[in-house]
Amino acid sequence: MATIDADAGPQVTARQSWFASRVDKLGVVVALLAAIGALVGPFVTFRENRIVLGEARSIATALPVWAAVLLFVVVALAALVALLRTHAMLRLAASLAAVLALALLVGYAAAYLTPEGNSYARISPAWGFWLLVFDFAILTADSLTRLRLPPLARIGVLVLSACALALVIASGSWDQLSIMKEYAGRADTFWQQAGQHVLLAFGSLAAAVVAGVPLGILCHRVPPVRASVLNVLNILQTIPSIALFGILIAPLGWVAANVPGAAAIGVSGIGTAPAFVALFAYSLLPVVANTVVGLAGVPRAANDAARGMGMTDGQRLMRVEFPLAFPVILTGIRIVLVQNIGLATIAALIGGGGFGVFVFQGIGQTAMDLVLLGAVPTVALAFAAAIVLDALIELSNRTGREGASA
Amino acid sequence: MIEIESLTKRYAGTPVVDAVSMTVDPHTIAAIVGTSGSGKTTLLRMINRLVEPSEGVIRIDGKDTREMPAHELRRGIGYAIQGHGLFPHRTVAQNIATVPVLSGWDKARIDAKVDELLELYQLDPQAFRDRYPHELSGGQQQRVGVARALAAEPNILLMDEPFGALDPVIRAKAQDDLMTIQQRFGTTIVLVTHDMEEAIHLGDRIAVMDGGKLLQYAEPAEILANPATDFVETLIGSADRPFRYLSLSALEAVVEDGAAEGEPLPVSATRRDALAELLWSGRNALPVVDAAGAPLGRVTREALLEQAARPAA
Repeated sequence: MATIDADAGPQVTARQSWFASRVDKLGVVVALLAAIGALVGPFVTFRENRIVLGEARSIATALPVWAAVLLFVVVALAALVALLRTHAMLRLAASLAAVLALALLVGYAAAYLTPEGNSYARISPAWGFWLLVFDFAILTADSLTRLRLPPLARIGVLVLSACALALVIASGSWDQLSIMKEYAGRADTFWQQAGQHVLLAFGSLAAAVVAGVPLGILCHRVPPVRASVLNVLNILQTIPSIALFGILIAPLGWVAANVPGAAAIGVSGIGTAPAFVALFAYSLLPVVANTVVGLAGVPRAANDAARGMGMTDGQRLMRVEFPLAFPVILTGIRIVLVQNIGLATIAALIGGGGFGVFVFQGIGQTAMDLVLLGAVPTVALAFAAAIVLDALIELSNRTGREGASA
Repeated sequence: MIEIESLTKRYAGTPVVDAVSMTVDPHTIAAIVGTSGSGKTTLLRMINRLVEPSEGVIRIDGKDTREMPAHELRRGIGYAIQGHGLFPHRTVAQNIATVPVLSGWDKARIDAKVDELLELYQLDPQAFRDRYPHELSGGQQQRVGVARALAAEPNILLMDEPFGALDPVIRAKAQDDLMTIQQRFGTTIVLVTHDMEEAIHLGDRIAVMDGGKLLQYAEPAEILANPATDFVETLIGSADRPFRYLSLSALEAVVEDGAAEGEPLPVSATRRDALAELLWSGRNALPVVDAAGAPLGRVTREALLEQAARPAA
């Protein structure tokens, strides 16, 4: 086999066209999207005030000449780097440079376009900008994947990106952007709702883990329990989220009115309590199901050996079954966390707070900038949570499952 | 000593082990042979109570095994299984130390024991202590599996098809290692196998099982010479029988005075090895030497062929 490969290799390469040997497949898509975003798509939208329809401005009309040229050059160079087969490190640098240029110049465009002393005008990023950011985010993610960074390094990249974002915001270069203007008017409630959002998403997850992992262990050990528990949780999962939030109002209202002390600890028909309970209910299925799957995946021989060498059921659970099932359980936790961060926005409908407050206020006022103020941090939070948990899953996998599948 | 008395296991009323009685003498190897579904593994697993008997008694050194909690009983009995059953998330050293840790040995004693066992199995402790099972070859995994079973110096070792997953060359080596270690520690071993060749090679006594019943429990020579039923005879395989019979004894008693040409064989070689060598080299006799290499005499084809005949009942 080896000799055939060695003989065939150069011939095949020689037969390949210049295009196929020099051009990166994903790069073609990235370059195409970059061209559309930069040349066709509007860069920002200018509006007289926050609720009227706006007019689109392209890069050339939204920025002074030097800045427009700079942005075109950076985007074109990054697209070229993406298009050709280049080293992953260079691709990463190009994509980051493009994202940074876009981030800084969209803020500059806002400052440039806002008339002197006019606090009603709104400049918001338009779809051309979003397409470019999305495009280079794909390139960033792809080059990070090609670099095969170890889990801790990926978390490091995440922290650095968060710091860079904080610096851009703190520098004031986005202050004239519509979303930051919405933020400026709501700075204190923003952080309060952010805390509430995190409390809802992470608190319900913690409760689901505390209840769900033991329930999963019970399901694993007692097969008749497994079918009934998983069926009930499956049904819970299919109830539409808005309906579940609504359904809980009546029973929790009753509990608050009739159980002594319940109201004192914050239980009520609307507000945090039903939101928390609903998120908890949605979290249970992934946690329980993954615990069951993880425990079922423990090699039979390892379990048999553990019993045969005299481990008690408790020792076997803690020393063999649980460590081997842990990566799978962690995968369930990742699913729940990302799902909860998104779902928690709906809690605002029943007075539960969170980023959803801005989303629903924004929809009510047809102010898309306000919707974005709620939506963008939610997406960022979910994205960061996914990266951190993926890294943790990989770390826990290193000493665990690898051996089981080998 | 392991005494098994009219032991029965029923699943849903059907016996899988049916009134089996047998005694395993101290410091010997008992091989339980049978086809799959014969109940041999269930019988083995009842000894350390991984399976609780429906009826009957097992006594170890005179003590009923039900007198102590099952997990404590098991810590005193080594257990090695097919496919080794190593814990994939633990290093070689942690795997071997499983029972000593459960029994609360101190760290220095555990470390010393781990290194001793690794050396015994020709695995360099420096290189292997911190590896994970998936970083080992199949043969190494199997050796670590047996080392783990022996870690707490048990008097009894139960083995369920321990060499089933190994290729023939490594398998022969693993069998020889087991014999060496059994002689060194004097461990009483009960070994389940479906391979009659392995049972004859390793067993001081062989228990043949079929359909949950113990058909015959005797020394290998007796099983070969006088199979109790047709099934036992089938299991032995009539074509291989004389050669298996020859494989049971060393050359000592067939050495006669005289000289012969060619490569000598050590007196510890089996009669089957000697006959094979004679047939293959086309000779009528070959010289025999002792362990030190000093000539003892010769062994002839005629003498060996005589020994291959079925012994008089």
